[in-house]
This record gives sequence, C-alpha cells and structure tokens, in this order.
Amino acid sequence: MIIYGTALLSICLLLGLTLGRMLGNLAGVDADIGGVGISMLLLIAICNYLQRIGRMKPPTEAGITFWGSIYIPIVVAMAASQNVLAALQGGAVALLAGTFTVGASFAIVSFFVKVGNNNSPAKG
Amino acid sequence: MLNAFQSLEIVLIKNSLLVAFAIMGATVWISYFLSDRLTQGRLHGSAIAIFIGLVMACIGGIITNGKQGIADITALSGIGLMGGAMLRDLAIVATAFGVRAEEFGKSGLIGILSLFTGITLSFAVGGAVAYSFGYRDAASITTIGAGSATYIVGPVTGSAIGATSEVIALSVAAGLVKAILVMILTPFLAKHIGLNNPRAAMIFGGIMGTNSGVMAGLASTDPKLVPYGAMTATFYTGLGCLLGPSVIFIFIRTIFG
Repeated sequence: MIIYGTALLSICLLLGLTLGRMLGNLAGVDADIGGVGISMLLLIAICNYLQRIGRMKPPTEAGITFWGSIYIPIVVAMAASQNVLAALQGGAVALLAGTFTVGASFAIVSFFVKVGNNNSPAKG
Repeated sequence: MLNAFQSLEIVLIKNSLLVAFAIMGATVWISYFLSDRLTQGRLHGSAIAIFIGLVMACIGGIITNGKQGIADITALSGIGLMGGAMLRDLAIVATAFGVRAEEFGKSGLIGILSLFTGITLSFAVGGAVAYSFGYRDAASITTIGAGSATYIVGPVTGSAIGATSEVIALSVAAGLVKAILVMILTPFLAKHIGLNNPRAAMIFGGIMGTNSGVMAGLASTDPKLVPYGAMTATFYTGLGCLLGPSVIFIFIRTIFG
C-alpha cells in the first residue's frame, strides 16, 4: 500500500522535528536543531532495515519517492512565497550584508572543497 | 459571464492547494521548455523555475504589500501551503530515500567544521558591514550579523539581546537577500567551486546554511545533491540561534562595549 510509505515518511519527519526541538530546548533556544537532518537519518535507517528483512514492497517505496520527486515544484512554490520585496527594499545595509556574506561564503566553500579533496570528485 | 467568473473564483479559493499544483506544474513546464529552447539545457530548468517563482513573489508583494509573496493573493494562497515548511520538509526528507548513511558519515567532520565556519563568517561579514554603516552598539552589530546567517537567526538573536525593531527588520532583509542570491547564483558558480559531489554539497550546506537558498540552489544545480546539502544546512539555523545571542554576542560586546 502506497500510504504505508507516506505514513512512514511522515512519522520520520514528525519524530525528527520533535527530537530537533528537544535538542533546541536542551541548548536553551526556541528553535529546532537539525530536525530535518535527524528525520533523514531515521528514514534511511528504517528503510535499510525494512529492505534487509524483505518487508519493503515497491508500493511502499512509491509512497516515499513520490514526495522526493515533487521536490522541485515545492521549492518553486517556496521561492514564490518568499518576501522578495522586503529583501529588495531592505536598503543598502541589508543588501551589502547579504551580498558580501554570500560572496565570502562561496569563496570558503571553494576552499574547503579543494582542501583535502585528494580523490577525484565523482558525479554524485 | 459575471456568474462564471464568480463561480471560478469561489472554486479557486476553496481548492487553493490544487490551484498551486496546477500553477507550479505550468511554471515547471514553461521553465523546462525555455531551458531546452533558449539555453540548450545549459541553464537547468529548475533554476529558471525558481527564478520565475521569485519574480512571482515580487509581483505578489507589490500587489498585496504582504509578506508571503504571491501566496498573499487569496486565490493563490495554496502556493504558500505547497511551499510552506510542512510539505517542503516532507519532500526534502523523501529525497534522502536511497541515500546510504555512510555518505553522511564520511563527510561528517568537514560538515561540522563547515557549520561553525559558516556561522562565524556570516556574523563577521554582516557585523563588519553594520559597523561600516555607522552602527557602534554590540546589539545592532550582532543582530545584523545574525541576519546575514539566516533570516530566522536574525530576529531570534535580535529579540534575545534587545536590538531595536528597525535593526531586526534589517537583519531579516539581509537574510532574505542571502537566501535569494544563493538560489540564483549557485547553478552558475557550482562548476567553479567544485560543487559536484556529496562531500562538496555537505560543505556547501554547512557554510551557506540558509535552508531555502541551499535547497533551491542545489535543486537547480543537481537534484541528487539535495539531501547532502540539506543534511548540514538543517543544523545551521538552530546552531546560529544558539551561538548568536550567547558566545558571539558576548565576543562582539567585549570588542565594542
């Protein structure tokens, strides 16, 4: 049943977000720390286990992969509901703070990727 | 005729999520068509789609003066639901299906290092810009630096350390500028910074940190990299909210008093 996959995915996300929030509480902030990341690890671990014991049926997988494959339109919808106008009207301080940060960040990413990158990068 | 128009409007408002699916389907279709015909596939269809999305958001903002882009138009409010945190997180977690956990483990250390570097860098650069614009109090400098981390870290830090609402608004704007620039620039810069493997994507997610920017930027570069970037980026905002009002604020206060 396809719903098993979607249910599993939802349970992983709900659990992960709860754990992320608990982690935030422990650290004393009203924010979630790594909720989505924890959810991803949960999903990977549970799916690996189900595949090993042979309980992962193709329809169950379809209930998960559907959501993964609809990711791009969801991100487009996310872009369409951003407060772009506020970014454009934020004035010079906001514009420069954002722009310089992005510039510096790209430079550091490039540096980190090259450092210690001995094995040739394989297309992921 | 008026009746038909009114009926349609009622249906659109009552079924706003379906309207969103239809519009996003059309947007993606047009974008892939343009990518194919105009750029011979050099510029990824999803990059064009995300750009169109940002233009829509801008139009929505101009028409309604709201905060949610095109989703503030009542008949299009479903776009806000479709692109909201709930479905976005569901889709992003689903992209991890089929990824082997060892991939995350192999780059775990550099991922963590990237997170701390990225957060420190954002505070430093954003704070320096604030300083050069004449802000001299630690709370304002820290808050604008926090906004340069993400548009969530900004207001969280700002309200924790008592920044003015004007400075908090600036920090949100700085974070939005960052997210939008990362969305737009990533597909163009990916080749130059070696962003073509899981390890690089984890570094990218950790240093950029802006969830929406990282997720959209990677989607329009290579969708296979999305789960890796998302894995590190998802820790960034929480960590920023943790470090900003505490360690980083105290550090900045000892410098500027």
